[in-house]
Amino acid sequence: MIRLDCPFCGTRDHAEFAYGGDGSVTYPPLDAPTGAWHDAVFLRDNPKGRVVETWHHLHGCRMWLRVERDTVTHEVFSVRPAHPGLAEALE
Amino acid sequence: MTARRLDAGGRIDRTRRIRFAWDGAEARGFAGDTLASALMASGHPVVGRSFKYHRPRGIMSAGVEESGAIVTVGEGARAEPNVKATAQELYEGLSARGQNAWPNVRWDAGSVSGLFGRFFAAGFYYKTFMGLPPFEWGRGTGLWMRYEALIRRAAGMGAASREPDPDAYETAHARCDVLVVGSGPAGLRAALTAAEAGRDVILVEQDFELGGDLLSDPSEWAARDEMVAALEKAGVRVMLRTTAFGLYDHGVAGLVERVTDHLAAPDPALPRQRVWTVRAGATVVATGALERTVAFAGNDRPGVMTAQAAATYATRFGVLPGERVVIAANNDSAYGPAAVLAGAGAEVTVLDLRDAPPDAPDGVTVRAGRTVAEAHGARGVTRVRMARPVRDGFAGAGWLDCDLLCMAAGWTPVVNLGSHRDVRATWDAGLATFLPGPSREALHFAGAAAGVWDRARCAASGEAAAKRAMGEAAPAPEPGGWERPIAPLYEVRVPDVTRKSFVDPQHDVTASDVRLAHREGFVSVEHLKRYTTLGMATDQGKVGNVIGLALMAEALGREIPAVGTTRFRPPYTPVSIGALAGRSVGTHFRPTRRTPLHDWNLAHGATMTDAGLWRRPWFYPRAGEGIAEAYVREAATVREAVGICDVSSLGKIAVQGPDAAEFLNRVYVNGFLKLPIGKARYGVMLRDDGFVMDDGTTWRLGEEEFLMTTTTTGAGRVMVWLEELLQTRWPELRVHVASTTDAWASVSVAGPRSRETIEACLADGSDISDAALPFMGVARMRLANGTEGWIARISFSGERAFELFVPALDGPGMMDLLWPEAERRGGCLYGLEALGTLRIEKGHVTGAELDGRVTLDDAGLGRMASTKKAFVGDALRRRSELERDDRPRLVGLFPKDRSATFKAGSILHAPGEAEGMGAGWVTAVTHSPALGHWIGLGFISGGAAAWDGRPAVADDPTRGGSCEVEVVSPHMFDADGGRMRG
Repeated sequence: MIRLDCPFCGTRDHAEFAYGGDGSVTYPPLDAPTGAWHDAVFLRDNPKGRVVETWHHLHGCRMWLRVERDTVTHEVFSVRPAHPGLAEALE
Repeated sequence: MTARRLDAGGRIDRTRRIRFAWDGAEARGFAGDTLASALMASGHPVVGRSFKYHRPRGIMSAGVEESGAIVTVGEGARAEPNVKATAQELYEGLSARGQNAWPNVRWDAGSVSGLFGRFFAAGFYYKTFMGLPPFEWGRGTGLWMRYEALIRRAAGMGAASREPDPDAYETAHARCDVLVVGSGPAGLRAALTAAEAGRDVILVEQDFELGGDLLSDPSEWAARDEMVAALEKAGVRVMLRTTAFGLYDHGVAGLVERVTDHLAAPDPALPRQRVWTVRAGATVVATGALERTVAFAGNDRPGVMTAQAAATYATRFGVLPGERVVIAANNDSAYGPAAVLAGAGAEVTVLDLRDAPPDAPDGVTVRAGRTVAEAHGARGVTRVRMARPVRDGFAGAGWLDCDLLCMAAGWTPVVNLGSHRDVRATWDAGLATFLPGPSREALHFAGAAAGVWDRARCAASGEAAAKRAMGEAAPAPEPGGWERPIAPLYEVRVPDVTRKSFVDPQHDVTASDVRLAHREGFVSVEHLKRYTTLGMATDQGKVGNVIGLALMAEALGREIPAVGTTRFRPPYTPVSIGALAGRSVGTHFRPTRRTPLHDWNLAHGATMTDAGLWRRPWFYPRAGEGIAEAYVREAATVREAVGICDVSSLGKIAVQGPDAAEFLNRVYVNGFLKLPIGKARYGVMLRDDGFVMDDGTTWRLGEEEFLMTTTTTGAGRVMVWLEELLQTRWPELRVHVASTTDAWASVSVAGPRSRETIEACLADGSDISDAALPFMGVARMRLANGTEGWIARISFSGERAFELFVPALDGPGMMDLLWPEAERRGGCLYGLEALGTLRIEKGHVTGAELDGRVTLDDAGLGRMASTKKAFVGDALRRRSELERDDRPRLVGLFPKDRSATFKAGSILHAPGEAEGMGAGWVTAVTHSPALGHWIGLGFISGGAAAWDGRPAVADDPTRGGSCEVEVVSPHMFDADGGRMRG
């Protein structure tokens, strides 16, 4: 069981969280062409090693988080608010 | 084997006799016995039958690695199969029986399969029954399925009860600084070291006594008792009868505590077992080592066991397993048990493969350069054939009479828990064993689990591991500890012996099976495992793996490390499903959500049903009515007079902030920027990929304040989605969202007489006339009892209808006002079934239609999409495949024969074309009182226009039933919506 150190709640079991998705994706503007949205939604790397993911503290503070994690060892390097303003405020 | 209880000694309490039943007959033991030691003392040499060949099996070990004494314990619903008698604590009234045998384990009709053993080699069943059957009609899987049923009956382990589990289980949580697994010399020392340094320590022991290996040596008992007392003083939390079955990420361990499995009359308030999730700062693995055996002919005979097990029975349980004992040894660890057995009165001969064995203990004969090639005796060993090493193998070297053959062929550290954490086992050729490799995590091996064989250094190893667990530098003692090196030995074959020699006795995998796997190319360790099932029994290879690897290495002409080892997965020993489920069973499997009107609904005759997690009124039967009569009456009453329906389970989300309108405008396909205050609008939202996510009405309560409603089942998903968008994609939007579902009690009052019903309940000043509250209007209201809330003129039923939202606790009071007024006007309460009828008649979509595969156009809602703004999903809904005209589109369905019916879930197709996926499917069916016949909603290729004048068939091949249908517009009743606006 992965444990995540939520910046708002402290270290909690992953059962409290819901996995979001690939945190490295930048979604295009809503009026961007279909091709740009296709790439953002469907083209995913499946890297071995360090990745950025989004997680949602569903049964906690309900904040979306950016988690840096190793897909091999499950080592978690950092957990920050996904909201850039909140992340900056906590730095 | 002629075992007997010794007159004295052991850790059993001879003053406490315990009666138990074995195969229906009464037997006796003492408190402190295991089922195995009691069976042994009662003279039961054969206690099991093997998996495939039904060979008689006796007790082979004294622990969880047991492959012979596998029994069923308990009766009826409490019958638990595949219990290791060697790890089952004895209790008064315990009832156990042999398994995989008929009529019993001593006389088993199935044992004839042993006579045909050469036909039952690895892969036999698949090759014979799945490959090429003798007859053409036998090809394919049908015949194999029939064979398989027979094979499964012939082979296997015990049978689980088919009755519901009557016991309670629970799950629990704990945390600690240091978790120590195993309480042998290393584990005890590790726990004490950490606890005396002020750490919070949990010590886990699967046995019912602390001490591990120390329990088998009476000279250590006093020191052991002192250690245990010191542990208590130091505040160590000791968990007996608890197995650490798995280690997981970030220091999490899974434990199963057997709370009452050893009790004759357990407190009914206690759970049978408890699964613990422990979060540990560091873990010390002091799980010891398991003694190995050797592959040779008849090595599974009753009366063959490990040397350490024999010593344990003699010292801990006071049972001498045999009078004339042969010990086949290749290392120094045989001599302790030899001395113990001789001291207890047995005649002991050690066959030491090595040319220069240690000095013989008193009363022990040692024969150097000898080992064992064959064991004879069907129901217990009677004699063994000796062997001596020659060039390229072994040669027979005469016979020895005996009644117990002990194997001391080296030790395998229990590295399983490390394997769960990606610790690789590395082969140490000098010690002829796998040792745990390094760990990246706070995981430290100690004692025999780290390959330290001698007891004094095991304690030192435990102390060092505890220090490392506390972050101090403490080098681990070197593995090993014998004076003379081990002479590796995995198999003994002499030329003229062809009888079976077992590698994995629990799954009846033989040495020749391993060689067959090699000949057929299954040489990788993972293929070897799957082809022969080596290591796939309930012991997961604890006994057989190393021998199997050694034989494969030999066949390949390589070293053992080149073959590798399979990775162990949790659980270390079997865990019952019930324990893992804990209390999450029955109605506690998931939360139950009740609306604020739940009790009111029940008091007014509601029959309830499940809608997601919610309990909702299904229908309100009157005298003599079933569901079919009730829902048709309710739906008709709504269209003719008025009906009241509890809609509190609808998702409700407050959306507030300066940018709330802009936010909704991006989320919904239709425009929300210009929605006036006091108006509601039906909206549909898409996922990024362009498919419909959810729908509902959103009400503008103020300039910066909206109340969004969602479908009952979509509420959670939509809330998560809005939070994701606001926090990850559009952080610049000044919007907050909050779930308010549970804050409101809401009802729909629908029907031509709905307005007058509500008006009769309002306080003076609340105006819901058509002018004040037109269709899609939203306003504050005040009920006659003073309750304030919101009222919206929205309609799901297609009738003039209002939704009334009041604070949750005011819900029943509102119903007490509304219901008499509705009843006076010929109205009714209506439930989910009638709600479904009304919306199907109108062609309003719900979860049955919006199943995640449906686009706006598929649902007939394409015209809602704004062309003046971009919204979520807009780009990807324009993919060419999603814009095809022949995609299945929402349609209404009438049976051609208006008296006929059809079923939701049916496949739609043109007559005579019942192939493949068909042309569509049926999502909902109801009897329509408005139309006077059965109707349905569904999706069909091209929609109603493509099927104009063409019949379709609703086919239900799995449940049966076929019905010709007409494909019509989904708006089957009051298509222009005059009734709801009126």
